[in-house]
Amino acid sequence: MGARAGGAERAVEAVFREEHGLLLASLVRRFGDLDLAEEVASEAVEAALVHWPVQGVPARPGAWLLTTARRKAVDRLRRDQVYAARLAALQVETDRSAPAPRADPGAELPDERLQLFFTCAHPALPAPARGALMLRCLAGLTTPEVARAYLVPQATMAQRIVRAKQKIRQARIPFRVPGEDELPERLPGVLQVLYSVFTEGYAASSGPELQRPDLTAEAVRLVRILYRLLPTEREVAGLLALMLLVRARQDARTGADGELVLLADQDRSRWDRALIEEGTALVTAALTGGPPGPYAVQAAIAALHDEAPDLETTDWPQIVTLYDVLSALAPSPVVALNRAVAVAMRDGAEAGLALLDGLAGEERLRGHHPYHAARGDLLRRLGRGPEAAAAYRRALDMAGTEPERAHLRRMLEAARRPA
Amino acid sequence: MMMDDTRRPVRQDLTGVRTMKYMLLINAGTVDAEGGAAECDEQDWMAYDKEVREAGILVSGESLADLVTATVVKVGPEGERTVVDGPFAESREVLGGFYVIDVPDLDAALDWAARCPGARGSGSVVVRPVADFGA
Repeated sequence: MGARAGGAERAVEAVFREEHGLLLASLVRRFGDLDLAEEVASEAVEAALVHWPVQGVPARPGAWLLTTARRKAVDRLRRDQVYAARLAALQVETDRSAPAPRADPGAELPDERLQLFFTCAHPALPAPARGALMLRCLAGLTTPEVARAYLVPQATMAQRIVRAKQKIRQARIPFRVPGEDELPERLPGVLQVLYSVFTEGYAASSGPELQRPDLTAEAVRLVRILYRLLPTEREVAGLLALMLLVRARQDARTGADGELVLLADQDRSRWDRALIEEGTALVTAALTGGPPGPYAVQAAIAALHDEAPDLETTDWPQIVTLYDVLSALAPSPVVALNRAVAVAMRDGAEAGLALLDGLAGEERLRGHHPYHAARGDLLRRLGRGPEAAAAYRRALDMAGTEPERAHLRRMLEAARRPA
Repeated sequence: MMMDDTRRPVRQDLTGVRTMKYMLLINAGTVDAEGGAAECDEQDWMAYDKEVREAGILVSGESLADLVTATVVKVGPEGERTVVDGPFAESREVLGGFYVIDVPDLDAALDWAARCPGARGSGSVVVRPVADFGA
């Protein structure tokens, strides 16, 4: 919405960002059409920009926006008979048999966002579009903002979103909350999308900056919403805990000049205690009442790091045990890599290196720079400078962000110097 | 080979909601020497077919004769016709049959696809909405 000044505009912007997902979800539920919902939602905001500066911000701004948007939708359907006929055919309003929205007593709009989470993360949509759709529909980001978040040209992102919406409409991907019986199959897909948004923000795959805090903040905001909607799903709590516990270290991970600061060198007094406390409470809940899910286990690992005064006194045996649990729940070469690094801390570099070398055949690790960087670190600790340099060199050939590359160049230089 | 999720009840809330046609293209994964699908269990197919019919969602459905019986026709720019034997299973996926079903939305179509015996093992089912030029 640009740099328009003035209190009313800012109020509209703030309300719109906060309420956008709620507003859109209500409209989608009523009209069954994402395009129409988006269109009238933004028209309602434009109307707010005209009226609020004159008449003042209404007492219930969200309800005002919804009423205005609904009126505009009805106008639009009156003008466009073809469109109206298509929507009427869906009989959205009369035939919805979905459960009543979970009412939050304090909220002015009923919260119908859960269905949007499932639609945006529908497995029938291409994976790169799912996160983008969530950021747009549920977090209220504009397409240019989503494009910037993913570092892709605006036109590319616009096309990605348009195509996804086209598929939702033409293949009739429904706006509905999966039943209890489907949740175990569908919820992990939603969590995966949110996790990938967070990861892209925390460990950007490319670009000038190591991390993009705005993207991690949006991911946390979305998972908080999901957690309010599904408070008893332990993996939602687990994912929220993981994000908070990792985000707690975010500021300490970047130096004054944007450079990468490793866990070993971080100023732990800069870690966010409030986030750690909140995350730790959540991880306890996520681990209670049944076998833990993969996000809860990862959150538990993050909690152990957050609670340790320094790298040496970190509870590495417990971390290795948790990685064993994680390997059984969700085996992957990246989990095996992290486990090997933890084993190196527990049993020494030699043991860790043996595990890493055992993973050399893994296709997914061959082009994964943290694998080669970890090998470089262990080889250097073992005094094998030239081999360490070769490993850093390989990592440097793949590393995404500029701060990571600068770090690897420093490590490469150090490995080349005779000990 | 029956997975839990294929036993899930299919949503069939057809009352009043306009439905949409989807084609389920059933690909036989592994093909035997005769070009027929190798992993078919007659009983499963009969049970599935019965279910589809009884659910009242069937528009049409056929299973195709073995691939060795297939013939390809092409017409060139001058209208000349080429008829060749084939195509043979160079690709992994061989269309073995199809259903057209009429259901409320993609999730319902995916549920029916997941229950189809052709989706198991090395087989797969491609779900495609039938284009609706009337809307």
